[in-house]
Amino acid sequence: MSSFQRVALMGLLFVLPIAIGPAAVQAKVFDAKQTVLDNGLQVVVVENHRAPVVTQMVWYKVGAMDEPPGKSGLAHFLEHLMFKGTPSHPAGEFSAILSRNGGEENAFTSQDYTAYFQSVASDRLELVMTLEADRMANLDIDATHFEPEKKVILEERSMRIDNEPGSILSEQAGSAFYRNHPYAIPVIGWRHEIEALTLEDAQAFYRRFYAPNNAILVVSGDVAAPDVFDMAKRIYGPIPARDLPDRPVETEPPLLTQAVVSYADPRVTTPSLSIRKQAPGWAESRNDPDAASERYALQVLSQIVGGGPTGILYRRLVIDRGLAVSAGAWYDGSNRGPSSFGFYITPKDGVSPDEAETALRQEIETILRDGIGKDAVERAIVRLQDAAATAMDSLSGPARTLGSSLAIGMTVDDVESWPDRIGAVTVEAVNDAAHKIFSDPGEVETRLLPKPEAEAPKS
Amino acid sequence: MKPIRYLLIALILVWAGPALAEVNVEKVVSPRGLTAWLVRDETVPVTAIQFEFKGGGAGHDPMGREGTAQLLAATMDEGAGPYDSMAFRKELADQSISLGFSAGRDSFSGSVYTLNRYRDKAVDLLRLSLTEPRFDEEPVNRIRAQMTTSLRGQQTDPSSRAGELMFETIFDGHDYARPTEGTEDSLAAVTVNDLQAFRRAVLTKDRLFIGVVGSITPEELGPILDSAFGGLPDRGETDATPDFDGAVPPGIKVVDMDVPQSTVLFAQKGIALDDPRYYTAMVLNHALGGGGFGSLLTDEIRVERGLVYSVYSFLHPMDHAALLRGGAGTANETVGEVVSLIRDAFRKVKEEGLSIDRIDDAKTYLTGSFPLRFTNSSRIADQLVAMQVYGFPIDYFETRNERIESVTAEDVNALAAELLDPDGLLFVIAGRPAGL
Repeated sequence: MSSFQRVALMGLLFVLPIAIGPAAVQAKVFDAKQTVLDNGLQVVVVENHRAPVVTQMVWYKVGAMDEPPGKSGLAHFLEHLMFKGTPSHPAGEFSAILSRNGGEENAFTSQDYTAYFQSVASDRLELVMTLEADRMANLDIDATHFEPEKKVILEERSMRIDNEPGSILSEQAGSAFYRNHPYAIPVIGWRHEIEALTLEDAQAFYRRFYAPNNAILVVSGDVAAPDVFDMAKRIYGPIPARDLPDRPVETEPPLLTQAVVSYADPRVTTPSLSIRKQAPGWAESRNDPDAASERYALQVLSQIVGGGPTGILYRRLVIDRGLAVSAGAWYDGSNRGPSSFGFYITPKDGVSPDEAETALRQEIETILRDGIGKDAVERAIVRLQDAAATAMDSLSGPARTLGSSLAIGMTVDDVESWPDRIGAVTVEAVNDAAHKIFSDPGEVETRLLPKPEAEAPKS
Repeated sequence: MKPIRYLLIALILVWAGPALAEVNVEKVVSPRGLTAWLVRDETVPVTAIQFEFKGGGAGHDPMGREGTAQLLAATMDEGAGPYDSMAFRKELADQSISLGFSAGRDSFSGSVYTLNRYRDKAVDLLRLSLTEPRFDEEPVNRIRAQMTTSLRGQQTDPSSRAGELMFETIFDGHDYARPTEGTEDSLAAVTVNDLQAFRRAVLTKDRLFIGVVGSITPEELGPILDSAFGGLPDRGETDATPDFDGAVPPGIKVVDMDVPQSTVLFAQKGIALDDPRYYTAMVLNHALGGGGFGSLLTDEIRVERGLVYSVYSFLHPMDHAALLRGGAGTANETVGEVVSLIRDAFRKVKEEGLSIDRIDDAKTYLTGSFPLRFTNSSRIADQLVAMQVYGFPIDYFETRNERIESVTAEDVNALAAELLDPDGLLFVIAGRPAGL
């Protein structure tokens, strides 16, 4: 709607593999230029001269997974408080100056990172850099803003989670899927823990993690990279680096059990089911070539199995067998921590959840038995590369792709060479990945079910 | 502490107006006389085509078969010419072509986005879907089932329920009270004959407006227009929806729903797109509730009191009516307070006017953010269509900001005094509100 809505990314945004990079025969995806300032700030520039505008994004490599125990929602709370002023720009002034200058802004928090961005006429880049650098170093939250903002966040939680039965289920299922990793805890935070957060918690978190050496500046638009580097050095360069805390690398033990997480709510009108299995994320594939190639193979596999109306599951379950109104699969391999491969089905009227589940499992079995063919793999690869070929048809898209990738530990080269790596995926790798992931008995199944109004106990 | 030095730069930076995007709009007339507005852009090797059949929306749905236009929009790309649904979808997927249609209250729209190397195929698939859709039983029933599922979901969704009741209340007896998505019963009643009849009667050249953006020359575009759209009928059924001449009934309506947060929608009389004061109204609305942080409603209700995550207002001009609308989400217990605060804000602006600062800030936002609309092909093509539909001149992009700059504070406050109607606001609330 506007520049205004803050999004607590629940990981859902990356349901599809991030589409980046043109076909293998073409040049680099974004032709991004990069440098690192003396204080550790990584600076990345994508030149795009289509319109006289620019997007600045600052990505902090800190997200909900970095919160201290018992302080869920703190990373997102701090994101809100970042709009509450510095000594030189009191609360609201950042947004007011930006708006007056025709700028749009946004910010969001995920498990892995927190990002702030502005889009504005390119001759205002210095202005937005100055404002963003100021709050990187000098946030000074006026205590009078703390409690009202807590209420805002509780309303945000009501809107995103409590008013949405599907979100209630996802939140609960996350805790069943991750037994060890902090991904078990929702980004927006548990209500009772949000209510208990203090201004001191937010200040401590800010001092701990908000520093140039824990951030990435991405600038995309009508600019020249050398000019941006100079400007960044002048404006962000004086901010001192901080000693960053050692962060434990939590991993997830193998999921050996089968769990069903079921939620019935009178607001649900059509049941839906999902099955989620463990799969490698970026962190696991970083130092393990096998896991790395498996990750690319899974991106191709999810396209073949679950990619829209031509995906195998939609074709078999919705069209051929007429059992469902929708069905598909997703793979979210773009995170710092462990990841998952999932399947979903929404049964048609008259088809019970049990029947839908049986049919979904039959199709997964059939995929394993028959295997994925060469033709399907080749077509999926072309489709993914084609999607990447249009990545520059956007101002902020390139900044978002680069920022989110670098923030989880990828390099610019990893991003630029994505189409080549997708292009190198073989039929064998896709089938191996399918066997490894789909045959793994460990899983969490979710069931979102209707509930007759009369039985509803909750108010 | 060093960065503070640079902040002074920010404070003394004076508004000078951003460079406007140099967007050259060309009018292209095809060999067979079809017109499109074109913006050439070599940034990426793509072609984006957007088009709209003006006055071709759900108003043409037969009585008792509401949802026809939307079912048509969702099935025209589910099989056409020699391709059944699966084959058509496979052609689209294998060539990475995005093609789709949508139907609203007033118009029927479509879009194609393709890499240039697949453009011939994309144009052919567009032609087939417009002129030879098959409406085979399987896809029509499948899409109908999906729409029915979505309709059921809306029955327990506070925003959908509140929006539906708002339109029923305001437009009682008028076409706009009919649900564009239909109902379960009306969707079930739509036949393939209805779909074909709607397509032939409404998707016609006399109401067609086309915008194209991408790496394409006028010489290349002409034959493409003829190929894609040339087979449509010349003339069609006129838009029989009458202009709405009623008033928004003031008051508060509640849809009882067991949810922790109420959805609050509000509306009053708005201002038509062809009203000379439309640009004044844009400035007024932006300052009132249009701009996120910095709007009066957000300052008063979110920032000061923390009662909402989101509160907003917007102008909603339609072909046959115009509303000033808005909304908020707040805990059931604070609905009464939020409703009062919204009324108070309307009353304050009506009686006291907006400050010069708020008005100036709204103007410089609206002019300064204009170039941000020119960063992606489909979005530019959309604007080319809208300009034609609204009857704007082809040099509109160059003159649009002047229209906003020429709005004065006196204009804004005079309009506020006349238009804003704190006691005439209709509130529709879905939830278990308290304090009303």
